[in-house]
Amino acid sequence: MTKSLMLSGAMILSAAFTMTACSGGDAPAQSTKADTKPEATSGGRDQIKIVGSSTVYPFSTAVAEAFGKTSKFKTPIVESTGSGGGLKLFCSGVGERHPDITNASRRIKTSEVELCAQNGVTEIVETKVGYDGIVFANSRKAPQLNVTLQQIFLALAKDVPDGKGGLKPNPYTRWNEIDAGLPNDRIEVMGPPPTSGTRDAFVELAMEGGCKTFPSIAALKSSDKNTYKAVCHSMREDEAFVESGENDNLIVQKLNANPKAYGIFGYSFLDQNSGQVQGATINDVAPTFENIADNSYPVARSLYFYTKKAHVGVIPGLQDFLAEFLGNRASGPDGYLADKGLIPMPQAEHEAVEAATLALTPLKMK
Amino acid sequence: MTDLITSEPAAMPADWTVRSPHRIKRARAETRFRLYGIVAIGIAVAFLASMLLTIFIGGAGAFTTSKIGLDVTFNEQVIDPSGARDPASFRGVNYRPLITGALAEVFPDVEGRQDTRALYKLISTGAVYQLENMVTENPDIIGTTQRVWVSAGTDTNLYLAGKIDPDMPQELRQLTERETGWIETLKSAGHVKTDINTSFFTNGDSREPEQAGILGALMGSFFSLIVCFVIAFPLGVLTAVYLEEFARKNRLTDFIEVNINNLAAVPSIVFGLLGLAIFLNVFNLPRSTPLVGGMVLALMTLPTIIIASRAALRAVPPSVREAAYGLGASKVQTTFHHTVPLAMPGMLTGTIIGMAQALGETAPLLMIGMVAFIVDVPTSVVDTATSLPVQIFLWADNPEIGFREMTSAAIIVLLIFLVLMNLLAVILRKKLERRW
Repeated sequence: MTKSLMLSGAMILSAAFTMTACSGGDAPAQSTKADTKPEATSGGRDQIKIVGSSTVYPFSTAVAEAFGKTSKFKTPIVESTGSGGGLKLFCSGVGERHPDITNASRRIKTSEVELCAQNGVTEIVETKVGYDGIVFANSRKAPQLNVTLQQIFLALAKDVPDGKGGLKPNPYTRWNEIDAGLPNDRIEVMGPPPTSGTRDAFVELAMEGGCKTFPSIAALKSSDKNTYKAVCHSMREDEAFVESGENDNLIVQKLNANPKAYGIFGYSFLDQNSGQVQGATINDVAPTFENIADNSYPVARSLYFYTKKAHVGVIPGLQDFLAEFLGNRASGPDGYLADKGLIPMPQAEHEAVEAATLALTPLKMK
Repeated sequence: MTDLITSEPAAMPADWTVRSPHRIKRARAETRFRLYGIVAIGIAVAFLASMLLTIFIGGAGAFTTSKIGLDVTFNEQVIDPSGARDPASFRGVNYRPLITGALAEVFPDVEGRQDTRALYKLISTGAVYQLENMVTENPDIIGTTQRVWVSAGTDTNLYLAGKIDPDMPQELRQLTERETGWIETLKSAGHVKTDINTSFFTNGDSREPEQAGILGALMGSFFSLIVCFVIAFPLGVLTAVYLEEFARKNRLTDFIEVNINNLAAVPSIVFGLLGLAIFLNVFNLPRSTPLVGGMVLALMTLPTIIIASRAALRAVPPSVREAAYGLGASKVQTTFHHTVPLAMPGMLTGTIIGMAQALGETAPLLMIGMVAFIVDVPTSVVDTATSLPVQIFLWADNPEIGFREMTSAAIIVLLIFLVLMNLLAVILRKKLERRW
């Protein structure tokens, strides 16, 4: 009796499952088609889409959230794709399927502007968000490091000058082999992978900055640009430099566990975790808010976002979002983005950027 | 035969009480092997225990939150200067003066823009929306003074949870000496209480840890799994039934079978790329939605369901089919009246396990844009959404310290759902399975 009951129960249950599965299978499929079709033709997306750099992501999301809460528009969605990936998506075309804004932790490249133009994205509005410093940090349990750009280059480059005008593979394994004043520890640095904008900026500012202090290499810049770039932009690939993914938080935690290691990441992570990690002074300048803002810290870069002009007025709220982002409340000197670790532009520059963006002045590459 | 019997008595019957060197060696090998087994299990259990322990210790804090009680005067001049009591006009009012006013009552000696700003930061920026909701729900409170428990600010929360070391030098901490002093004053005056963090279960994502919630991700996962089930279950079961009951055994079906088995081992990111190329670029389905997420996950779970369903069908004894044929049932009748219902518990178990696997998947969702900051809680399969594991990934990447325990808490929620789904599979199997 119980067995047959159970069996019939199983049958009813399974029948119910298959029935709901079948009927349910049709219903959503049809309704979604009905929902998306008119959208695709009339351009009816009512939500701003933002993609791009993981460094700008914390700031972009903060503005998106405030915008969603204080305006009548939906909260924009922000995807973290990396600067390069974001620009690729951004440049893929005009229309509601393509993002409206892309964040970048470096400036757009000429090749990317060309790609955009090929796909009909001709008018791009460039907006500087503010500044970010790249810090070379270690755990607070160890003493603070004081290095020069040249020492950073010697520690992390693939090839270093051999003193006879040529190059040799990087021989250094300990910091004090580079300079007796540096600690007697193994060189162990964690940093972002090549897809990251932070890595691009670090290579360009710190590595190249240290590289060109050698007259023999600096001379290459005018004579053989490709070799110059290859020498200055190549990071070593042995265990002294470890690519630790895009997750800066993870680097902070690893530094905590290993006081002898160093990490490369954005200033906002140092700012939020100042109780656990400290930034090395580079060329005798400490990575502080003031030093990055007045450009005396050598490894500082600008952060940008790019807006598709063709989408303004089509996607509801895009213009208002720009106004929110550039308002004093957000990116101004006392704005909430400064609380999130952004280094705001000086008042005059901020006003100029705000005016240019709100007037939708298109970007011109020099 | 006789040989065997006659030759037996020649050998002495083994004396099992004598411990010959050979037998001692054998017994030792036996004990040793058991020991290896126990050690292996012990190591596995220790890993699991330490993982769960760190997650639970790390995440427990996120389920409670500090609330700060403020005696807020709902000033009519601020909220509704016209006195019209129009509910629409309550939205968009700046409620901040109400909070700064209430704080000024507790700290009458704090003055100046910088100082009041610092004082206001002790309170969550979400507090103004709480007041707005209170007024909208009950306009009668305008003009009265009420004790309102608002969320503490991010840093206040950390301090009250003991996560900010008061011995650390001032400039390295999130809160200065004076600010911790203010918190202590509030505490001693009975303005601080610890409460269950309900917003964790009712909010979408946020950039402020104390306002961020899991509901958006939970709904995103729910809708994705619904889509996944609706596509993968019928397709998987029908494929399995056809291959097992109807198809002829030939090269083609063998080829299909090999491919299904191979598909089950394909890394999930590949399905994400497929989804990007086909669902988004060819069919133009909306990016970042559970619809596309569910479709990608369905592709991923399909092989699992097919394999489990075929195994379940194969376990139904041929005698059941033969009996049905003997009574004159057709092939379809036999299959759908007898074989499939009997195999259904096994099929459902396989499906649930496949779905549990899909619930924990992040990689394919990366490619179709579900890894995004999304505040609004999705209400349908075409709303933009994230999913539980994606939310964990995103929170783990946020710079604010408060998000660390949020990450662990989200992992706890995900684990609970995984355990529940697997439990359901076990119960279904135990209850409904028939043994022959």
